[in-house]
Amino acid sequence: MNEKHFFGRQPPEIKDARFPGKLFVVEGADGSGRSTQIAMLSQWLEANGFAVRFMGLRRSNLVAEDLESAKQGNILTRTTLSLFYATDFFDQLVNAIVPALRAGHIVLADRYIYTLMARDLVRGADPDWVRNLYSPAMLPDAVFYFHVSARRLVERNFQKNSTLDYWESGMDLGLSRDMFDSFVKYQRMLQIEFQRMQREFGFRLLNGNRPIAKVQQDLRKEIATLLSIGEPEEVSFSEVPPESVPVAAS
Amino acid sequence: MVTTHRNFPGKLIAVEGLDGSGKSTQLYLVKRWLELQGSRVYFTEWNSSVLVKKATSKGKKRQLLTPTSFCLIHATDFADRYERQILPLLRAGFIVLADRYVYTALARDAVRGLDREWIAKLYSFAVPPDITFYFEVPLEISLSRILDGRPSLKYHEAGLDMGWSTDPYESFRIFQGKILKEYAQMRSKFSFTTINATREIHVQQAEVRKLIAEKIDLAAFRR
Repeated sequence: MNEKHFFGRQPPEIKDARFPGKLFVVEGADGSGRSTQIAMLSQWLEANGFAVRFMGLRRSNLVAEDLESAKQGNILTRTTLSLFYATDFFDQLVNAIVPALRAGHIVLADRYIYTLMARDLVRGADPDWVRNLYSPAMLPDAVFYFHVSARRLVERNFQKNSTLDYWESGMDLGLSRDMFDSFVKYQRMLQIEFQRMQREFGFRLLNGNRPIAKVQQDLRKEIATLLSIGEPEEVSFSEVPPESVPVAAS
Repeated sequence: MVTTHRNFPGKLIAVEGLDGSGKSTQLYLVKRWLELQGSRVYFTEWNSSVLVKKATSKGKKRQLLTPTSFCLIHATDFADRYERQILPLLRAGFIVLADRYVYTALARDAVRGLDREWIAKLYSFAVPPDITFYFEVPLEISLSRILDGRPSLKYHEAGLDMGWSTDPYESFRIFQGKILKEYAQMRSKFSFTTINATREIHVQQAEVRKLIAEKIDLAAFRR
């Protein structure tokens, strides 16, 4: 059992916060390799006998659908966008994360409140308001932040979707009418917020510009320590999913 | 996100009170009065934004909502109406009439166990109304106005999610009693204008109209 802590007062739904499970968070921009790393990590955890559950943004049973359609229609203002995501987050926290932790699972979160806070802050939200909003959130056992240069992110996003995403490019901010330009500016702004949070919240920084297997090796090492299990074996190249092998940077 | 300074010509009037306090009737009569005078007036009610309509009804029907998500989904609804209707209309010089305002959330969510300061800060983006009428009735009167017709009370409306009682009517009584206590605490803190809502409708309305006319230069809002 380990006692979980909260940023502020814990939500009234969570009466007893002593759980056998652990919550690990992976943060980083789109294209920083989060999902590939999480997939590889879960394989390794399962190989070691740990039960794994996943969470991510916009996956709640409650609002995921409405949120998706609202995003398509561009009818969201800054405040509704952030409240919508907060609703989604807390719904998952109470109804998915907590039950999984109680059952002794390892929960791997593909992004957490840090992304949500960073997005709000670069949109000019009042920092006190944003902190208050997420203060009933649970503190993870560890947060891994994949840092990847903005240029690398562009490459990976094009490789993945052959197009840039409207929101992930921060087009709603009106930074530039040019999507590429906007993407680079927006991702830099987010990185500044993340760097600030990294110091404050003690993120474990991983250099995501390196080969996938190397990043995974470091991730496993840190998690092995956190779970008090032995040193992981070297990650073999065959573990890396073929579709995520990056093209050589020109 | 926090813009509580008033740099707009419009006025905001809100009504608060227990279910069955008669506040909606009173606000409707205010609306008619202002409309017939030819004033620029806009009416908005709690929980009416289309943005989260699907999620709210799904959450309520399937009982998926817990106190935190219940609070946040209503905050999203309010923020949507606030940013797209209330605030723009205040800036355009309208008298905005709100049937329930942030105080409804403060009361209900506090009863559901959320931290009062947290809720207040969540709603801090909203300007306080120029006048907040609080329609005061003894609990037994408001309860009988609602319950005498033996209505089918909805799950959350009756507070059944809190598990105080499995009987919807009993649960509703307990819930309303707790909300009344929250309102009592807020009255002076947020300078509510209290209206004795046990009196006849037209008597209350006369008082409400008088208070509005004293506080707001209505001539400025005529078309």
